[in-house]
Amino acid sequence: MSDIPAKLQESIEDFSFITTRTERQEYLIQLAGSFDDVKVPERIAATPYDENHRVPACESDAFVWAEENEDGTLKFWFDVLNPQGLSAMAMAVILDQSLSGAPIEQVANVQSDIVLDFFGKSISMGKGQGLMGIVNMVVAEAKRRLNT
Amino acid sequence: MSEISERSYANSDVLVSTQWVADNLDNPKIRIVESNEDPLLYPSGHIPGAVEVDWTSDLNDPIVRDYISQDAFEALASRIGITPDTTVVFYGDKSNWWATYALWVFRLFGHTNAKIMDGGRKKWVDEGRELSREAVSYEATQYKAAHDRDDKTDRALRDDVLKHVQASGQLVDVRSPAEYTGEKLHMEGYPQEGALRGGHIPGARNIPWSRAANEDGTFKSADELRKIYEEEQGLNSGNPTVTYCRIGERSSHSWFVLSFLLGYPNVRNYDGSWTEWGNSVGVPIEK
Repeated sequence: MSDIPAKLQESIEDFSFITTRTERQEYLIQLAGSFDDVKVPERIAATPYDENHRVPACESDAFVWAEENEDGTLKFWFDVLNPQGLSAMAMAVILDQSLSGAPIEQVANVQSDIVLDFFGKSISMGKGQGLMGIVNMVVAEAKRRLNT
Repeated sequence: MSEISERSYANSDVLVSTQWVADNLDNPKIRIVESNEDPLLYPSGHIPGAVEVDWTSDLNDPIVRDYISQDAFEALASRIGITPDTTVVFYGDKSNWWATYALWVFRLFGHTNAKIMDGGRKKWVDEGRELSREAVSYEATQYKAAHDRDDKTDRALRDDVLKHVQASGQLVDVRSPAEYTGEKLHMEGYPQEGALRGGHIPGARNIPWSRAANEDGTFKSADELRKIYEEEQGLNSGNPTVTYCRIGERSSHSWFVLSFLLGYPNVRNYDGSWTEWGNSVGVPIEK
């Protein structure tokens, strides 16, 4: 079994073909437009959210939850309270598409620097840290399931 | 929120309203500039005619941790089609946090003809004003900066801050209380400040930058600001003051507030901030 979830690998490869900043931005804006599909449903959580689900270092007030699927994998849910947090929304969509339903062992090994594969290496440190925080929260959920 | 002119600011002309911007969209003497924390916002829709100045790609040197040189600033200013006489109006997300940062960098090169749109991008959007996704370009100019980058007047470097601390100077740490106390460095498993030590610069008062802003992103009135900075936190308007945060972006917001809205005569922003201080060997730290 590969170390990296197959869908994540595919997403990274898709982004590797992007050559311009404008193209990358357009793609990410398009992904952010699907955020409602990954927004946490009320049966999982309602505002005000439990602060344990808040992503540290994320300036867009992002939150992460994990729901167990019948096959033992996880479905990830998100919210981004800042309506202008487009990057966080795009990251949430990417993570849902890439990691929901993937083997937990693989999710637990995902590295936070995948953010750079999607947002480019020129992303500011603060923004990068916030987005990596979302990845880390997802990974932490997987690790927590593995350790229980 | 009240009209800008009714808020008793020391320099109310550094702020303009969203209506003022809407009334000046076609004014050739005005350039509207969007600067954001989130790089996806401008391309998703911007004020018609506004250009983008991006912190990472436009204002920072690509190699050295420093701001761009005079040559690079002149190239940037020429590219966005301004002259030294152009009034540049900055706006952006996060209650204008990045907009004040861009304004601060422009001032390093002597472009003092600069203003902030009160309430920033959020207020413009909340008011239902027009956003455009059209690419914007202006005829390039041959901008000549007033002077080389001035690292003394509005900017403090590490050694300046060290001297300031030794002289028991006035410091404002605008980070969150958890960052100020160093508690954040101890949260296991999450990205932190990129610093080896947690805490704050000795003597610094903790006044988070966001306290200067209202919910709608506008700036609080001078009376409200004085209550926070002076009555509650004991700042003396006449004392030289240094603001800092993690990399100098949030603190540029507080620098703007203290310098222009409250009229403090000597405020410098320490852009090295905690990522430099908290990693420096031998500098004093308080927790």
